[in-house]
Amino acid sequence: MKKAGIGLLILAVIAVFGFMGTPVRAEAEMTFGISIPAATHGWTGGVNYWAERTVERLRFKYPDYNFILATAEGPEEQINDIEDLYAIHNIDALIILPFESDPLTNPVRYLKEQGVFITVVDRGLAEEGIEDIYVAGDNPGLGRVSAEYMIDRLDGTGDIVVLRGIPTLIDDQRFDAFMELVDETDINVLDWEYAHWNRDDGYEVMQDYLTRFDHIDAVWAQDDDIALGVIEAIREVGREDEMFVVGGAGMVEIIERVMAGDELTPVTVSYPPDMIAAGIEITVLHFDSPSPILGEFIIASELITPENAEDFYFPDSPF
Amino acid sequence: MKIAKAFGLEDLKLDYSTFKAIGPLVALVFLFILATIINPAFLSAGNLRNVLARTAFIGIIAVGSTFVIVAGGIDLSVGSMAAFISGVMIIAMNSISGYLGFGIQTVLVGMAVSVGVGFLAGSFNGLFVTKGKIEPFIVTLGTMGIFRSLVTYLADGGTLSLDFGIRATYRPVYYQLILGIPVPVIVFALIAIISTIVLKKTSFGRYCLAIGSNYEVAKYSAINVSRIRTMTFIIQGLCVAIATILYVPRLGAASSSTGLMWELEAIAAVIIGGTALKGGYGRIWGTIVGAIILTLIGNILNLTDLVSPYLNGTVQGLIIIGAVMFQRGGNK
Repeated sequence: MKKAGIGLLILAVIAVFGFMGTPVRAEAEMTFGISIPAATHGWTGGVNYWAERTVERLRFKYPDYNFILATAEGPEEQINDIEDLYAIHNIDALIILPFESDPLTNPVRYLKEQGVFITVVDRGLAEEGIEDIYVAGDNPGLGRVSAEYMIDRLDGTGDIVVLRGIPTLIDDQRFDAFMELVDETDINVLDWEYAHWNRDDGYEVMQDYLTRFDHIDAVWAQDDDIALGVIEAIREVGREDEMFVVGGAGMVEIIERVMAGDELTPVTVSYPPDMIAAGIEITVLHFDSPSPILGEFIIASELITPENAEDFYFPDSPF
Repeated sequence: MKIAKAFGLEDLKLDYSTFKAIGPLVALVFLFILATIINPAFLSAGNLRNVLARTAFIGIIAVGSTFVIVAGGIDLSVGSMAAFISGVMIIAMNSISGYLGFGIQTVLVGMAVSVGVGFLAGSFNGLFVTKGKIEPFIVTLGTMGIFRSLVTYLADGGTLSLDFGIRATYRPVYYQLILGIPVPVIVFALIAIISTIVLKKTSFGRYCLAIGSNYEVAKYSAINVSRIRTMTFIIQGLCVAIATILYVPRLGAASSSTGLMWELEAIAAVIIGGTALKGGYGRIWGTIVGAIILTLIGNILNLTDLVSPYLNGTVQGLIIIGAVMFQRGGNK
């Protein structure tokens, strides 16, 4: 009996917290549903931060609009999320950063057919023409810009190692675009390995590469979280002067290093998680502005150098 | 047989059971030889230090898991718990550094927080299992999600970073070598020795084995079953706390991806080491060998391009299954 009481108490606490999380406005003029991946690694953490910040700002600015934010741990959960957004919250517009393109294409198309306005952010759907607005991240661009910098800096020759992310389409696009340019030069990719966009894996894989290769000219870590692990492994054996590291995305700690003119991390390449903010803002603007705001917006991957690092510096961001 | 008896060798059974007993060691030696053939750099002092220091985290956690599993339990929450403790520890040290500065005292407070949180987290698991009478699998499945989401919440979905001033003070706890051996390896060895004594020589250790081998009999033998089982979860929590104390100075950060899958690695290490998953039989040294084997696989795969990285998981899986089959093989 006592045990059942404790169980009930726990459920009650959960219920109270659950309701606190979703303020329901009965008389909302419009409801915007936002579906994003949960913060499973640094970059998606940034996406969550910017989504929450933007929603907070817009709630204040547009008291008549209702915003509902749903985060999913995987594609299946994201499908459930958008079904619930439509069935329970009757959303008028959906802003989605899809986990994966293929599984989410049909569920999003279904909402579109029900008359929901669709904005897709970052990854495109598997079929064109479903979305009304597309705010695209440039994954091949990230690979290309990184390769261009490396080729230029190494004069088209040298030995490099590559640490990739999680085996996904995004990772393939970045890697393929990078390799396409590098293959045309005398730069030799000694080996590559997945480091799962994760600092610990970056550290361990790099330690082993340092054991295995006597000479490395550069490391393409592809992601700033991985890069931080890589830097620690290089420092540990004192080989900082031998090589440089190119990360990606634009994490606070790395931007600070670039700004300070660190030799080991001379540059990084942007892939800003705040593109979700652009997606939400543009969608709201579409309904608020008399001019027809529609179409494709590309958030370019840019080379971040000591000169322009200030523009990419958001010290409050958790990423 | 008669000849053996005549020479007083009846105890020395060089048959399959001896082989079975030292199975994990044989697998370890095999991997060592394989790795050296693949890349002689494997045997360099630097690489061996890397491998052992990496093993320390999973190894220390797996030592705790050995107690839980021997007593018939299971703890799925250890990876998330490690991430949560790292996060709390970093927040505690960052905020206390305002009063205590960047010196050793701040780091000591951090360590105390870690041990405290580990103790509480372990007690939470243990009490829900024993007093709440819920299966360990379910309780720790629940806390696995709870700890993971709490660290995500604390970090705002991003990364919690230790202040650079404290990091400089704390760094030696991971990177310092004593007589050429990294600190985490020394701590790992001490914990292994203490745990072996506890499991083999104390009544607590024997009670753990008794409960795991027959719960009902243990209960009616006047063993305080609840207390012993709760204690195994607390030991697990403390082991996670110690592993975290060694982990945080390495990269000075915690995020929602910290300690992912550590629970499965810890359980795998215990089982590869020859402890029975259903409880009742276990050995600490086996767990340690199991943990080293797991780290070695990753290390070897990084030292060669013979295997496509796409297939890393396959190789890992085959070696785990192979190692366990090897020590149980033909055992009908």
